[in-house]
Amino acid sequence: MKRLPVTKTPKVYIGGAFVRSESARTFPVADASGAFFANMPQCTRKDLRNAVEAAAKAGPGWAKRTPYNRAQILYRLAEMIEARSGELVESLVRFGAHAPDAARGLAVTVDRLIHYAGWADKYEQLLGSVNPVASPHFNFSVTEPMGVVGIIAPDDPPLLGLLSMVAPVIASGNTVVALASETVPYPAILLGEMLATSDLPGGVVNLLTGFRRELVPTFATHAHLRALYAVAGPDDRRALRLGAAASVKRVRFAEGGRADWFADSAQGLDAIRDFVELKTTWHPIGS
Amino acid sequence: MATRRQGPAPRLIFGDLWEFDPAPETADPKLQARYDLFIGGRFVRPRSGKTFASVNPATEAKLAEIALAGPAEVDAAYQAAAKAFRPWAALPGRERGKYLFRIARLLQDRAREFAVAETLDGGKPIKESRDFDVPMAAAHFFYHAGWADKLEYVAPGRAVAPLGVVGQVIPWNFPLLMLAWKLAPALAMGNCVVLKPAETTSITALKLAGLLQDAGLPPGVVNFVTGAGETGALVMGHPAAAKVAFTGSTEVGKAIMRQLAGTDRRMTMELGGKAANIIFDDAPLDQAVEGIVNAIFFNQGHVCCAGSRLLVQEGVAGRVVAKLKARMRMLRVGDPLDKNTDLGAINSKGQLATIKRLVAAGVREGAELYQPPGALPPRGYFYPPTLLTGVTQSHRVAREEIFGPVLSVLTFRTVDEAIEKANNTAYGLSAGVWTDKGSRILRLSTELKAGVVWANTFNRFDPSSPFGGYKESGFGREGGRQGLLDYAYLA
Repeated sequence: MKRLPVTKTPKVYIGGAFVRSESARTFPVADASGAFFANMPQCTRKDLRNAVEAAAKAGPGWAKRTPYNRAQILYRLAEMIEARSGELVESLVRFGAHAPDAARGLAVTVDRLIHYAGWADKYEQLLGSVNPVASPHFNFSVTEPMGVVGIIAPDDPPLLGLLSMVAPVIASGNTVVALASETVPYPAILLGEMLATSDLPGGVVNLLTGFRRELVPTFATHAHLRALYAVAGPDDRRALRLGAAASVKRVRFAEGGRADWFADSAQGLDAIRDFVELKTTWHPIGS
Repeated sequence: MATRRQGPAPRLIFGDLWEFDPAPETADPKLQARYDLFIGGRFVRPRSGKTFASVNPATEAKLAEIALAGPAEVDAAYQAAAKAFRPWAALPGRERGKYLFRIARLLQDRAREFAVAETLDGGKPIKESRDFDVPMAAAHFFYHAGWADKLEYVAPGRAVAPLGVVGQVIPWNFPLLMLAWKLAPALAMGNCVVLKPAETTSITALKLAGLLQDAGLPPGVVNFVTGAGETGALVMGHPAAAKVAFTGSTEVGKAIMRQLAGTDRRMTMELGGKAANIIFDDAPLDQAVEGIVNAIFFNQGHVCCAGSRLLVQEGVAGRVVAKLKARMRMLRVGDPLDKNTDLGAINSKGQLATIKRLVAAGVREGAELYQPPGALPPRGYFYPPTLLTGVTQSHRVAREEIFGPVLSVLTFRTVDEAIEKANNTAYGLSAGVWTDKGSRILRLSTELKAGVVWANTFNRFDPSSPFGGYKESGFGREGGRQGLLDYAYLA
């Protein structure tokens, strides 16, 4: 008799735990052939608020880690993903990616994580400064993480897009609540499982699956989200900007199409700069 | 009512009350009986067949035979490096970076083994090699790995390019760490390397050569040639070197500069020091005493940036010296492999003789000697922690680098006097300031002519923090963006 495979119940990774939506809602996802694959958690604004709470709790501890430690943890995550790249590539192919393209995307994803691992203990040396003020003061500017950042990832590429947005934000000590690809959410479920086995503390990255139209308004207006990083169309952009105005949130939109995520130009210091505050300190120089 | 006892409570001196049980580190250092040169990715014997012994300075027992590189081998190393240079420099930065990340991780994996080897070969306490040298070496590889794909940020507005083959000579005080300081930025930038470890401490470099093979580093990117001063001169003087980087004594640094005069060779020189460690009367004294101990007795004082001149404000000088003497009595000198050991073995017989000679000169010139009681191990090269008080600026022990656990104490009255005395030296590597006043720290850091100023701390190092000297302590920096730039052409 042929053995019946055991199917997995996808759960989202929030606060270091794997949970279903508090609403108990799910939405079915089919693979590229149209066959039923699994029911995904259809996260609600309450799930989003729970995730923000988890991210806020994890924030101070994560921000206090030394940059070197954050760098090593991001590198460790890259190690975990590289080691399980077969599973991730398979999940991308299952939902329609061409195999070579999926493999390349995964390589870029790992390299991008390593790129930001390298930034974790370097960006301060480029974004901060010592300022030659015209008085006997030692005057310096240093960056600080903003806090909890909301991320709305592109539908495609589902994994590379998501991690390209998450990595620069957490590299500086922010914590994240991210909405994964709506069309191909499963790689984000797998990513959650890898995050859980990396050294990243629970709550630093929280991943939601669900529908943009249901969650964008809450991303826009949740006052504890200090910044938003989103891939969004014109209507969502306006909604996010409007909501952001209420609590003076920082907003960054990722531009470009699918292919742009693969390019080196999709990574760099700018994405880190947009999610840090700058603090200037004055101190007298005297006897 | 019971009468209260007059005077302070009796001081608890650990070593006087009970003996410590030995607590030796037992991890296997995995040493070979013989180490060959590492050239072109392979271990090769020198044509001459000559070797020299590497000795455990704590027991005077031979640890291994090390191959002696002559002109032919140094030349072969440069040729291997030159051959490796083009493809290595042409690799995308992120790929070069991955090799460095691998090296960092493999070193972390084998950290304890390397720490024991370092302690056996060099004599430093295991707690230092275990908690400082090896993890910090791995950190340097890790930090610079992350730069390899970010070189466009190193010199904004300018394009950077690697220099070519770099010749490097490193000292015996932090063998593996100095190697990491030299290799990591050079490789991240895309250079290839010919490096000579110090003749008394070659083992961890040659162990690392095996690790580089495990990491799959392309052959010839890194080459190790071992030997003494003559080999070093060959490495520094080789015509194929695009740059030389040297860490060692000011005397040898000057000799290299003379040797290379007329060649326009790029150089980095990280030379000697005679750092002032300045204690103001408002400093938290107990903390300062810990800092003083760390500043001068860390690694038996074999530290170029050691705080070897203590400048104490007159009002607290008596108290500081008394506290210091009490603290010194608790320092444990002995088996470097013992986890409780504070001061291990002096690195070599020659260095022990130098220390003894300079201390004798100090006493002859009128300084008062204090060494805590306690027997030194019967074998091996050991020297007790030593305090010289009543030292004046003209004394040799206030001017010359002793490179041992010997602290010279001078006093001052005003801030200006402290600055003047601190700067009254040909060296300018580091300085320490202990005070509660932030504004005073910043004034001192502004006026001290030293490449590193530690405030209310001492002997702190980080891959992201540039390290290097003013004046006769050398030029160029190691660590940070500035350190990387020393391995680059600016186009």
